[in-house]
Amino acid sequence: MSNSFLDLPWLPVAPEDFRSRIRSVSPDAQDAGPKIQRLAGYKLSVGQSRSLSKTINALRAANASLAPLSPFRLAVLSNATTDLVADHLPAAAARHGIDLELVLPDYDQVMQEALDPDSHVNAAKPDAVLLAVDYRWLQLERVALTGQAEQIIDQALERIQAVMEGIKAGCGAAVLLQTVPVPSAALFGSYDRAVTGTVRTLIEAVNLRIVKLAKETSSFIVDIAALAERVGTDAWFDPVRYFAFKLAFSPDCDLAYADVVGRVLGSIRGKARKCLVLDLDNTVWGGVIGDDGMEGIKVGQGSPVGEAFLAIQRLALELKGRGIILAVSSKNTDSVAREPFRDHPEMLLREADIAVFQANWLDKPSNLESIARTLNIGIDSLVFLDDNGAERAQVREALPMVGVPELPEDPSLYPWYLLAAGYFEAVSFSEEDSVRASSYAADAFRAEVMQKSRDLGDYLASLDMKITYANFTPTGRQRIAQLVNKSNQFNLTTRRYTEADVKGFEESEKTFTLQVRLEDKFGDFGMIGVIVGQPAEGEDVPTWEIDTWLMSCRVLGRKVEEAMLGKIVAAAQAKGIAKLLGVYIPTAKNSMVKDHYKKLGFTLRSEEADGRAEYLLDVGEFKPQNLPMTVNDQTTELLMA
Amino acid sequence: MGHQDVLNRLTEVFQELSDEDDVVLVDVTTADDVPGWDSVFHVKFIIAIEQAFKVRFAASEINAANNVGELAAMIEGKLTHA
Repeated sequence: MSNSFLDLPWLPVAPEDFRSRIRSVSPDAQDAGPKIQRLAGYKLSVGQSRSLSKTINALRAANASLAPLSPFRLAVLSNATTDLVADHLPAAAARHGIDLELVLPDYDQVMQEALDPDSHVNAAKPDAVLLAVDYRWLQLERVALTGQAEQIIDQALERIQAVMEGIKAGCGAAVLLQTVPVPSAALFGSYDRAVTGTVRTLIEAVNLRIVKLAKETSSFIVDIAALAERVGTDAWFDPVRYFAFKLAFSPDCDLAYADVVGRVLGSIRGKARKCLVLDLDNTVWGGVIGDDGMEGIKVGQGSPVGEAFLAIQRLALELKGRGIILAVSSKNTDSVAREPFRDHPEMLLREADIAVFQANWLDKPSNLESIARTLNIGIDSLVFLDDNGAERAQVREALPMVGVPELPEDPSLYPWYLLAAGYFEAVSFSEEDSVRASSYAADAFRAEVMQKSRDLGDYLASLDMKITYANFTPTGRQRIAQLVNKSNQFNLTTRRYTEADVKGFEESEKTFTLQVRLEDKFGDFGMIGVIVGQPAEGEDVPTWEIDTWLMSCRVLGRKVEEAMLGKIVAAAQAKGIAKLLGVYIPTAKNSMVKDHYKKLGFTLRSEEADGRAEYLLDVGEFKPQNLPMTVNDQTTELLMA
Repeated sequence: MGHQDVLNRLTEVFQELSDEDDVVLVDVTTADDVPGWDSVFHVKFIIAIEQAFKVRFAASEINAANNVGELAAMIEGKLTHA
């Protein structure tokens, strides 16, 4: 097995009958979406990838539902020929949970498409625009040795900003900005880095500015410079194909490029994985703990294999440090499997790092289901790392929604495979992310307290909960957008909004916004609830429609939803609102909130055949409950009233 | 690989790319004879040929062939010199 990124070697080899499997996906099948995603999960040849993309496009043309894939309309603005890579983007996006519809303007029409409000791209109202331009379009292809460097860098950024402003005015779509690979044409050799105005120093300066611009404008970064770097710029740049066909990079990189774009789109839609489940024997340490014992397993400094397993453990800890939950699923006796975590001096991973520890003799799919249930996350949030090919195959067969990377013989390469697969692709990072994984461990302690408490009221009171309300704020924006895009289960309408949309709500006078945080004596949950209310049209009295109500499942059963409703009602009364309109839109994942509004005392107004329902609450008749928490209210509605 | 083998493989590559299973490429076929063989398709076809036969065309060769027969001859030349 290679570790060349261009081969996507973490993906399992496609089955012999791949072509007939593609053909068997019919537009009226209920499971077209899962089937497509599964086919996209294989390592595909150029031809297979193209066929799959064509099939996805044909299914869309036939109005087939590709749920649970998330629909995404992406316009690609490029100064180069995009027709080749366009054949691979839908397949790669499906791999990452996206039903991708491409909008491709004519060749090299970047500025025209962006600035003309009636252009093909602006008229198509895409969800996002990928600005796929290279150093040539940015006019960074020539050295500037006579004091023009700063100006050239500024001009490159101005071109990008002009496009972004055009898109913002023309269709308001989110923007994905690519970083720019550096061609390997060092005019001075090594000294290129030391000379102001060389192509390398120009592009590197522009890349820093692109990343800064992306952060300032809540745009998304697609790090194509890093992709070109990892595959090698001599393999990336292809002068023959550029001059002949205006291909910005070698078509041999198309599949890798498409996957990198696909994983960012997936992350935007909240499809990135949340939990890494580790097998133990020959995955976390060398050898079999049950046979080899504490002295026999290989982990630690001093041997190449022992150090390789340390590197895997270190990576797992770093992932935990950025908010990925760690779990264990091992065929072992529990006490035997835990011993290295407790007593092996060289182990980096300790019991406290593992949120759920499943060491038993059940099959792996059952254990993975149990881990997801315990953590209250979807099975599709899991990545399963196991050296055993048979176990991997069994999990893929039983639970195709789990991310299961292939692994090579040599454990030295496990970290490369796990990271290269892009399961944990992020489009944002906040301090809250980094503490989240630890707080899952605190959940275990809370469960213990629950067992000791005699009744629910005592238990809730014993938690010393403090709930904090605020309207949307710039500092909360990123986390709000993250919750809006990731929450599936406790989510009444599952409406997805970008950070730019969230900013819009924040700044709108008419919109009621609420972010909710919760802490208790065991720790801080961070932000756990989001509400967006909008004036409802066509109602006989002033009414707020609850456009979005979502909550972290981790705070279920704590009266948080009752508290949130009390807060909405108080704000509504202050604003002269007479009724609340609650909407439930069913999805494959949110059945837990089917009766949410009924439980809160709303009256059913209408229900449609697909389960979509509307509920009303007369705010004058709402009676606040005595709730087991203290309140820190930072909202402004009551002040302004 | 003989001339006819190259033509057969070219036909396969063409059919896979275009989804036109009826088109059979012969020596005298030109782009004008085949519906859908436009400039974008031509780029895709040339790249697909390069990937299928594991050959590379030079910039001077991209538009040098006047028909499929000449294209096949060019590929044969590359395969024998490989």
